[in-house]
Amino acid sequence: MKALRYLLPLGIFVILVGFLYVGLFRDPHEVPSPLVDKPAPAFRLAQLGDPTKQLGPEDLKGQVWLLNVWASWCVSCRVEHPLLVQLAKTNVVPVIGLNYKDTIPLGRRWLADNGDPYQVSVVDADGRVGIDWGVYGVPETFVVDKKGVIRYKQIGPITPESLQEKILPLVRELQKS
Amino acid sequence: MKRFLIAAGLAAALLASAAPAHAQTDAALEARLKTLSEELRCLVCQNQTLADSSAPLAEDLRREVRELAQQGKSDAEIKQYLVARYGDFVLYKPPVKPTTWLLWFGPFAFLLGGALVWFVVLRRRGDTVNHGDVPESVPTADERTGRARAQALLDEAKDP
Repeated sequence: MKALRYLLPLGIFVILVGFLYVGLFRDPHEVPSPLVDKPAPAFRLAQLGDPTKQLGPEDLKGQVWLLNVWASWCVSCRVEHPLLVQLAKTNVVPVIGLNYKDTIPLGRRWLADNGDPYQVSVVDADGRVGIDWGVYGVPETFVVDKKGVIRYKQIGPITPESLQEKILPLVRELQKS
Repeated sequence: MKRFLIAAGLAAALLASAAPAHAQTDAALEARLKTLSEELRCLVCQNQTLADSSAPLAEDLRREVRELAQQGKSDAEIKQYLVARYGDFVLYKPPVKPTTWLLWFGPFAFLLGGALVWFVVLRRRGDTVNHGDVPESVPTADERTGRARAQALLDEAKDP
């Protein structure tokens, strides 16, 4: 009984420290998306390269693909962009760009300046498709499986670690199934 | 001429009655949008409501909420629309469900725990007093001589 008197506050303290310690390494800006493991929201948008053509998730059924949300005004998109360009060269997985709240001339110029890793970029000028996909911080990257279900969402720029440890292993696994 | 005047008068009356009604529904809609956007969180600047935030996404979401409201969607449906896209985090008041039980009931559990500890401590203290566990203080030798000296001084002061 007497030991409990000292162990109880100590126990509460240790639990509290545990919570705070875990909290140190969690980014409060990463809000888990409810869309993971749900069908990718439908859209049909004009292509950046040729606005007379359109593209939607329906056209990509049967293959694993990435949707990368980017914009010419987005600073951290520049950080991840070389990684995407590199990824595109390997031809492992098609990357579709969602040009979010941008203008066609600015988007095209940005791709001309920085390289175009996208199989196709589509234009979401007013950000409505972005809302449907739960986008709140550009860049964001989604992994969509063969059935058109979102399997992973990366919030913020892709890093070499997130690409090698999360995205690519998941893509390979999904391509096998 | 008379007929024209009557027609004009009627038209004016109609306009006068229609205008305030329209303004009223507008005001009601604005008020509804305001309360609604105060219950929703801006995901960019997470400690601001959708009403307070000037982030571009907040503007877009306010526009989206307005359009849904104008389409006749209820508050619950609008919230459901946003939760489906952004998760429960968009709600400033999180729903009560198993994953949020700790959040909702944790503070009350702590309060109850504190009250329990307080009660136990008080009862134990009461027990010790009642049982006379504390020994009655017996003056030490030093205290006795001290008291005697004090008494002597007091006596001296009484009759000089």
